Amino acid sequence: MKDITLGQFFPGDTLIHRLDARVKLVLVILFIVELFLVKTLCGFAFMGVLLALAVAISKVPPKMMLRSLKPLLLLLAFTSVLNLFYTKGDPLFTIWKLTASWQGLELALFMMLRISLLIMASSLLTYTTSPIMLTDGMERLMGPLKALHVPVGELAMMMTIALRFIPLLVEETDKIMSAQKARGADFESGGVLKRAKALIPILVPLFVSSFRRADELAVAMECRCYHTSGPRSRLKVMKMCFRDYVALAVMLAAIPAILLGTNQVLFSIIPSALG
Amino acid sequence: MSRLEVKGLTHVYSKGTPFERTAIEDLNFTVESGGFVGIIGHTGSGKSTMVQHLNGLMKPTSGQVLLDGKDIWEKPEEIRALRFRVGLVFQYPEYQLFEETVYKDISFGPRNMGLEEREIDARVREAALLCGVGDELLERSPFELSGGQRRRVAIAGVLAMQPEVLIMDEPTAGLDPRGRDEILSHVHRYHEQRGATVLLVSHSMEDVARHATSVLVMEHGKIAMHGSVSEVFSRGERLSELGLAVPQVTAVFARLARAGLPVPTDVFTVEQGEAALRRLLRERGVIS
Repeated sequence: MKDITLGQFFPGDTLIHRLDARVKLVLVILFIVELFLVKTLCGFAFMGVLLALAVAISKVPPKMMLRSLKPLLLLLAFTSVLNLFYTKGDPLFTIWKLTASWQGLELALFMMLRISLLIMASSLLTYTTSPIMLTDGMERLMGPLKALHVPVGELAMMMTIALRFIPLLVEETDKIMSAQKARGADFESGGVLKRAKALIPILVPLFVSSFRRADELAVAMECRCYHTSGPRSRLKVMKMCFRDYVALAVMLAAIPAILLGTNQVLFSIIPSALG
Repeated sequence: MSRLEVKGLTHVYSKGTPFERTAIEDLNFTVESGGFVGIIGHTGSGKSTMVQHLNGLMKPTSGQVLLDGKDIWEKPEEIRALRFRVGLVFQYPEYQLFEETVYKDISFGPRNMGLEEREIDARVREAALLCGVGDELLERSPFELSGGQRRRVAIAGVLAMQPEVLIMDEPTAGLDPRGRDEILSHVHRYHEQRGATVLLVSHSMEDVARHATSVLVMEHGKIAMHGSVSEVFSRGERLSELGLAVPQVTAVFARLARAGLPVPTDVFTVEQGEAALRRLLRERGVIS
């Protein structure tokens, strides 16, 4: 139960960790946009190197980056197979009634690289940015929406509270499960219906305690005069500095480079005789 | 005869990751059948981790837990049956209540044991009576009760399984003095009526001195002291080194003795203290 990694923060004090949270968010968005612009193997290699460099600087163990891909393995395999067989083009091989094509192979490979790099880039963001900094960054980025009467501050506060409560609820679930097991509850045997019913002794106490915690927190916030209207000052003022501008410039410069690159296919997996 | 035996018990959390942490290390002790052991130690000294090993909620990284001489993990598929024999009441057990009525909640354990309906009914009523949960409460929702009542219902839920070994992790935390005394007297009654072996984790030296026959002191995941109540509480200096204390009445008598009064220093409960003082006053002819 305790192994849930939900954007687990990996503390450190590297260049990547020190980047402004807003900048990191924009960088990840730019990176994702670029991933969808890239249409060649060379382009993917370039993006891969870019990410690998960032990972190396951040000192996040590569193993942890790969682990973030684990929950997506099934999805990756599924889309790859679909792409491989359902793309029309020069035949590669045939199984039963399905024919794989060279174009399908290329598409499958690209899609796989795209999704993997996308997930790893966003994992790097959550590994190197504390949840509080992240929501703070989001709040600042969404600041202009305030003019449209979007309750940005409240949304950010909700997000912060939700993030804070996830580990608490996991711990609580663990505790309640142990307590019910001590009374002989059995979660591991029986059919679907029996297992679903076995969850009641966990879910009811969990709901009750969540409401209790919510109530307590609300009272505590009101005691400290939390109010949604009015301007808020903050403890840590975010300030862009030189390294932030450099990082943004690099990521922006990559866009024209990629666009230029797509027109000059330097290397393709499709044999030129066919293409 | 030893009922419970712990041999080289070690537990390491998150083994093989950067978050690796040894919670308990090489614990060895035995608990006699029918004994009442108080377990004391600082927050984070490994008490809760240790007790969760005793009924198989946690599996040791290495070492063994023996119940009546048999390793509890010998047949892992029978671990559920073991939990009926070794009952564990967690800290703040009232948060585990979930049923519509108090009666149904207390019957959850016995029902899981697969007992007959009549036997379940008998056990629920007996446990309720033992824990001071009146008949009028049995058909009410547990969520309507007061905190102290809920705690008693939760404890009754474990006692209804009639475990031979009862482990309680700070059963009196957050209760007022009266609620505390009540709960402990229920536990004591269960201990005496059933001849059950009881392990009581507590921060209150007074409670341990009053009810336990032996004391286990934990520090940094190891056993710092283990002995009878008088053996442990006569080493006040060692206890204060560990950041613990002797019962207040023991400290008072130690000071009286140092001030030159002929009082015994092996006084661990208020009752013993009262008797000792009366004896002294009688000797001096102050009272008759």
